[in-house]
Amino acid sequence: MLAAANLAITGRLEHVSAALEPGTITAICGPNGAGKSTLLSALAGLLAPDSGEVLLDGEPLDVTPPRQRAQALGYLPQSAEIAWDVSVASIAALGRLPHRDRGKFAIAKALAATDMADFAARPASTLSGGEKARALLARVLAGEPRWILADEPLAALDLAHQLNLLAVLRREAEAGTGVVIVVHDLALAMNHADRVVVLDEGKVAAEGTPAEALSPEIIASVWGVEARWLGEPGARALVTRM
Amino acid sequence: MTRATPIFAVLLVIALPLSLVAGRVWVDPGTTANAIPILAELRLPRAVLAVVIGAGLGAAGAAMQGYLRNPLADPGLFGIAPGAALGAVVALYIGVASAILLPLFALVGAGGAMALLALIAGRTANPANGIALFTLAGMMIASLAAALTSLAISLAPNAFAMSSIVTWLMGALTDRSWQDVMLAAPLTLAGLALLWLAGRDLDALTLGEAAARSLGVRPGRLMALLVLGTGLTVGSAVAVAGIIGFVGLIVPHLVRPLTDRGPSSLIVPSALAGGLLVLVADVVCRILPLVTELRLGIALSLIGAPFFLMLLLRMRRGAL
Repeated sequence: MLAAANLAITGRLEHVSAALEPGTITAICGPNGAGKSTLLSALAGLLAPDSGEVLLDGEPLDVTPPRQRAQALGYLPQSAEIAWDVSVASIAALGRLPHRDRGKFAIAKALAATDMADFAARPASTLSGGEKARALLARVLAGEPRWILADEPLAALDLAHQLNLLAVLRREAEAGTGVVIVVHDLALAMNHADRVVVLDEGKVAAEGTPAEALSPEIIASVWGVEARWLGEPGARALVTRM
Repeated sequence: MTRATPIFAVLLVIALPLSLVAGRVWVDPGTTANAIPILAELRLPRAVLAVVIGAGLGAAGAAMQGYLRNPLADPGLFGIAPGAALGAVVALYIGVASAILLPLFALVGAGGAMALLALIAGRTANPANGIALFTLAGMMIASLAAALTSLAISLAPNAFAMSSIVTWLMGALTDRSWQDVMLAAPLTLAGLALLWLAGRDLDALTLGEAAARSLGVRPGRLMALLVLGTGLTVGSAVAVAGIIGFVGLIVPHLVRPLTDRGPSSLIVPSALAGGLLVLVADVVCRILPLVTELRLGIALSLIGAPFFLMLLLRMRRGAL
């Protein structure tokens, strides 16, 4: 279990509580500046809250040793920064740092899961945006974390690559990993998440299944946009009116 | 281990004995008069010292470039070398520059710069600002130390003090003894060990500071390793040889293409290649037919500055 208990960070989060379930994909949604990335950083233990705490299996995260935390929580930042022209295999191998082992099997598995096995020897500078995103996700998977926390992993990707990445995350969730992603595209959250947490001005505005948390009423009150959902469950489209 | 390590190790093992015979006087151990004392008391300590300071500067450059994620970073930019130089200049200025006191003053200067750097950059409320703060603090300490050094030159009590300061600042390995080796080698080795320990964390930084912290990197520990490691290597190099620039900048670039380009795989081969570069540059200084010997610091800057410009041009083409 990973849970935020009454988290507060001055000016950014106000008394946010959320319980996240392993084996599911949870989407964090909200307008710009709502505190989505802040919440994700706090859940990853990278940002100390002013009050409240993050609990990992009932233990406060701020007393968990960094290496132990790093083994349990795989964090994928929004920036796709790769400072040196290292190979895809070297990028994935960084995921093993918290384990202090070579983890050849885990790395091979992660490269296969992200469809990057054939790219293992390729230098980062030769990768396209989609390939780079998959290589960075492979780094997270190589650490075999129990939780994957990804900050807008879909933002810079085209439609096919978005679905491709979501499929990888879905397989991880089915294997028992808890997946938490910050998502801007409400239709992607609606169709692919199991749970949705909606943040607004640093507070939880709604939480529940996608249909509950992203109802037209909530979209109207949080985003100030009149909208309705069309289509079948799992293949919904959002229609908006100014 | 990368293939760069054995390559530079073998080159160094070949170059070290060869360097001993080269100089203003070419020594043939069989025929030259006093060959043994020349080799054992003059050439060998000088060669060993070249390798020691080159190793420290090369490894510090590799670690700094990894830490700042910038291939143009040089340990000289971050206040430690200018701090050490200031310490030595103070010793020359007040006229206590004996073979022991001058390096000690330099080490105190390096320690002061390190302490200041750690004090300013070490405690930050937002760890995400750590490296930016470190860079700015280092550059300001470097500027301050350089200004104070210039002040000491301008206020020098006599022409002799002034010329000894200016000459010393140019960096050289002329007339160094085993005493200098005894001072620099243990400190450099300790510094190299700390930089080597930082390797894993530097690799994690490849993906940015947030990703590195999520992989368990403790920013405070990493900064401490870097400050102490560079302080010991660069500080002891300046203490015994004066300012020897550009080694830390050039060497990692020579080494990088022979490795997987990750920061940790650069540190050991950069130490070996740095030792080789300074050793060879010092031999070139000795054998050039000039009236007085070319200063090592000047020679390396003459090579280093054009090299730096070439890097910038390649960077402009996006080929770095």
